[in-house]
Amino acid sequence: MADALRLWLRFASISFRSQLQYRVSFVVGIVGGFLVTAIEFVAVWTLFDRFGGLEGWTLHEVAIFYGVAHMALASADLLSTGFDHAGELIRSGGLDRLLLRPRSTVLQLLGHEFALRRLGRFAQGSIILAWGATRLGQAGMRLDYPLLAAAVFGGGCLFLALFVLRGTLSIWTVQALEVVNAATYGGVTAAQYPMTIYEAWFRRFFTFMVPLLAVTYLPVVAALGRPDPLGFPMWLGRYTWLIGPACLGGAIVIWNLGVRHYTSTGS
Amino acid sequence: MTQRAGPYRAQFDSRARQELQYRAAALAGLFTQVVFGFIILMTLLAFYGSSEVPSPLTAVQTAAYVWMAQALLGLMPWNVDPIAQERIRTGAVALDLLRPVGLYGYWYAGALAWRTVRTALRFVPMLLLAGVVFPYIGLQTYALPAPVSATAGAWFVCALVLSALLSTAVTMLMQVAMMWTVSPDGVLRIVPAVAIVLSGGLVPLPLFPEWLQPFLEVQPLRGLIDTPTRLYSGDLVGAAAASALMWSAGWVVVLVGLGRLALSRGVRRLVVAGG
Repeated sequence: MADALRLWLRFASISFRSQLQYRVSFVVGIVGGFLVTAIEFVAVWTLFDRFGGLEGWTLHEVAIFYGVAHMALASADLLSTGFDHAGELIRSGGLDRLLLRPRSTVLQLLGHEFALRRLGRFAQGSIILAWGATRLGQAGMRLDYPLLAAAVFGGGCLFLALFVLRGTLSIWTVQALEVVNAATYGGVTAAQYPMTIYEAWFRRFFTFMVPLLAVTYLPVVAALGRPDPLGFPMWLGRYTWLIGPACLGGAIVIWNLGVRHYTSTGS
Repeated sequence: MTQRAGPYRAQFDSRARQELQYRAAALAGLFTQVVFGFIILMTLLAFYGSSEVPSPLTAVQTAAYVWMAQALLGLMPWNVDPIAQERIRTGAVALDLLRPVGLYGYWYAGALAWRTVRTALRFVPMLLLAGVVFPYIGLQTYALPAPVSATAGAWFVCALVLSALLSTAVTMLMQVAMMWTVSPDGVLRIVPAVAIVLSGGLVPLPLFPEWLQPFLEVQPLRGLIDTPTRLYSGDLVGAAAASALMWSAGWVVVLVGLGRLALSRGVRRLVVAGG
């Protein structure tokens, strides 16, 4: 395990150095990613500016939900480039090369290309979260930071699981399915607001299909220290983020099953 | 005149037939768009419901706005015509310059066919789903209403034509910019992000702060989603409707002019690497 981690760090550092070769393009990429994803907060801010509140939630509380969702997606994005390219690797026969190496394909794909420009979204989410937390702190609210970190971790695992599943689908369809975007990019858009604002039938999609309700919403509500309007007990929110890593474990098992059924294109 | 338009029409027809092949891809995107539509619509209605401040749009107009925005998302200048981009990159653009037709018109006809067919393949199923299926399965609150009147419907159709012309004109400006840079990532990331905000694709434009409205009403990207949608839902009528359409038409002329100018400069300094 320690050996795998060391190898992965080495992959990451190679990728990091290779991207620093094009310094300008690296900086432009991060700044661009920052601005493009920050536009989402323009929408949140605009609506609060006009309407003042959202079913009892303040702008600063929503900023915490927003920050956690974006930091989670950005972490998964950073690690998933290899799985994004799975279709291409299968078409070109590149997956055969990975299978020949004495390491798991999952490890190799996680270190495939560490796209640092995706740090832009992470920076954006963490700045919004820090801003919201500071304002809530000034208002005398005490946030549970370790629990927020757990929510980011759990959410990151859940999003990564979805990217791994999309990669797995491309073993059969050779084309990454756009449908998964509804769960990933749709998921981050839904989870940047508290789940209470959606109608119950719609919330079910983000409860059972893509469990963002458990993985990010409940922990954030518990970290804010306020009772959940949906009626879940507060202690539950301390543990539900664990569903994220469980989903990732499941997705990796499915990926490995898929790889076992993989037949090379024979290039 | 008809003779001169001939080659451009032929290019339009050929690209349109080519794009019609990608019907399955359009349907795959539909599910994602429906999920996004519901998220945006439920968020907006939750804001309306938790405030004393009246919204400039009614709930029904908001539903029309959100579903129309999803249906017309294909008109957003996300990208440039992949065929033309490839020809610029490989140098095949030199062959296009040899053709006895204007390069701008030739590219414009191709890009127009590419954009309109792609959009139509998403527009029609989205309208059927939001307008017919949603009310049928009991989601009246979230359904796309019919246009408020026959006049509104007619205005809407005019605005759609202008919207397609405008979208293609913006696409052409981005496409011409490809002649200056080999790695177009910057343009291809920033323009769509700005366009989604200024067209109304992210938040309906009337919900932005009042002090921004005078600017939002005259900028070109409004013509992509905001103008057709508000004509449809009866939010823009009379003088406001006429003025919105005039602005769109004016911007088409200005942006096509700019695109032609930039292209002629680009061609003058174009160097095609041999090989």
